[in-house]
Amino acid sequence: MIGFLIRRIGQAILVMILVTAATLGLVHLFPGGPVRALLGPKATATQIAFYNHQYGFDRPFYVQYLKWVNQLLHGNLGVSDKLNLPVTTLIGQDLPKTATLAVLGLFFALLFGITLGVYQAVHRNSVADYVLTGLSFLGYSTPVFFLGIVLVDWFAVDSHVFPPFGPQNTSSVWAILGDPRALVLPVFTYAFTFYAIWSRYMRSSVLDNLVQDYVRTARAKGASETRVVWGHVFRNSLVTIVTLLGLSLPAVVGGAILIEDVFNYPGMGLAFYQAALNNDFNVLLGLTLLAVTATVIGNLLADIGYGLLDPRVRY
Amino acid sequence: MAEAQVIAAADADLGMVPSEKPRGTFSRAWEVFTENKLALFGVGFIVFILLFCFVGPHIYVTNQTNTDLTNYLCPPSGQHLLGCNDLGYDELGRLMAGGQTSIEVGLAAAVVSVFFGTIYGAVSGFAGGYVDAVMMRLVDAGLSLPSLMVIMILSVIFNPTPTVIIFIIALFYWFGVARLVRGETLALRNREYVQAVRVLGGRPLRSVMRHIIPNAIGTIIVQVTFAVADAIITLSILGFLTLGIAPPNTDWGSMLEGGLTYIQGGNYWWLIYPPGVAIILTCISFNFIGDALRDAFETRLQHR
Repeated sequence: MIGFLIRRIGQAILVMILVTAATLGLVHLFPGGPVRALLGPKATATQIAFYNHQYGFDRPFYVQYLKWVNQLLHGNLGVSDKLNLPVTTLIGQDLPKTATLAVLGLFFALLFGITLGVYQAVHRNSVADYVLTGLSFLGYSTPVFFLGIVLVDWFAVDSHVFPPFGPQNTSSVWAILGDPRALVLPVFTYAFTFYAIWSRYMRSSVLDNLVQDYVRTARAKGASETRVVWGHVFRNSLVTIVTLLGLSLPAVVGGAILIEDVFNYPGMGLAFYQAALNNDFNVLLGLTLLAVTATVIGNLLADIGYGLLDPRVRY
Repeated sequence: MAEAQVIAAADADLGMVPSEKPRGTFSRAWEVFTENKLALFGVGFIVFILLFCFVGPHIYVTNQTNTDLTNYLCPPSGQHLLGCNDLGYDELGRLMAGGQTSIEVGLAAAVVSVFFGTIYGAVSGFAGGYVDAVMMRLVDAGLSLPSLMVIMILSVIFNPTPTVIIFIIALFYWFGVARLVRGETLALRNREYVQAVRVLGGRPLRSVMRHIIPNAIGTIIVQVTFAVADAIITLSILGFLTLGIAPPNTDWGSMLEGGLTYIQGGNYWWLIYPPGVAIILTCISFNFIGDALRDAFETRLQHR
């Protein structure tokens, strides 16, 4: 296990180096360079040269990269030129908002994905199974923003049951949670997209486990069907979900760009979108980097969790 | 004498005549596929939407280039079956024009990414050793990129014509395909018939192109199908974020974005629901087909 961990972390670091270099390289793809994109077409050559020098863009790429990594390791992600705010401050403000929405959304996705997934597997090919399967297909064939729009149209515009936007007082996590009516639609949209995928995984995982020898043994020993399903099969099927949870970490951090946009919820996703529209490349770099880090850590945790939960997995 | 005849003659000599005509992967797959009602619905709908988008404009002729503000947000009528949008474009005609872009970009992005991913994955898996390790770390890195974020950045940087968008989307889809095909290749490269090629002095390229890729074709076709659905959704997301196709061209996502402004001001349902439902039905059809194809090619699940 220790050897595996060291190898796996080594791999993760290698991936981080590759991806950070690629991300930094991205800003140089702006036509005329990143500074031209930021300052606009009316900027003079002197101004651009000044900024280029200030950012170090006039140095060779590897020097830029090493300088950037050095700053990064000191917790400095640069300054948002449009918002006039250090990127780390921006992340500090927006991360709790995005995380609140994500945790709520993932919680409900998990709750319904697991229970309904198990139910579908146990009652395979029943009417309920077909209906829920149809719902899952609908879930991952619907663009998430369209689901959001439809919900707003039905529940906010037509019937005024819920407000058409997410909580607008986002000064603290408690303030967000203090506006549960505004949370319903965004959280539902969030949960539904993940539910559609997770319930499918849970269903097939339970189906795989139901034909295992240990299930036959448990039944032979006279265990009730409830005990077989919830005491044996369910616990073993959870291994799949742990992997999926690890893989969903980037969504927590990266922010559901579309959901935050539809419901005008000022989290990291919305910040990223606005930065993209404004060529605010330090914000773009910082938030992309954060999402990449979350992905790499999420993958790592999923692998480790997998090994810990399933004693058959030996590295 | 052709190879097959030699083998048949040898089999006959040994008394090993097959009891029935051997059935190929495709004929078996076809049988399983056609039993799946949802997949048949999928095929039917795809045929319909292709006719609708590509033949439809010749029957239901509309002007999708010049704006006509006298028809500003006109409701559905005999003249404009699905009404008009805020620039006076006929919405039904726009649905056809937007559908052309969505489907073309979706198909092209899927084919480009799966083509590249297949070759990359097959070469990586077949080469093995350090080459494989290096090639797969690159794929790992690619899979760690938050695809939507980078796709957004690239769309901002490059002027998003349909061709550019095809490559931007394909750039992020091939990683997953490469990993899947590599897995298949690892299983196939130690099969006797692949080893036989090597023993007979066949070049590695021949093994990959003639033996490994054809045997992984089931996985590859399934990937193309799912990739089309994903690419159509990604394009619609870009359109919705106003980072997609530039006007007067349009796609279903851009149409949705255009209608969103009016959703709170009145009941302009024809601006929102037709493109949204078109995206859903098209993607669900491709997903149904992909699901059925996976069952069809997954011989382990078949009791025959």
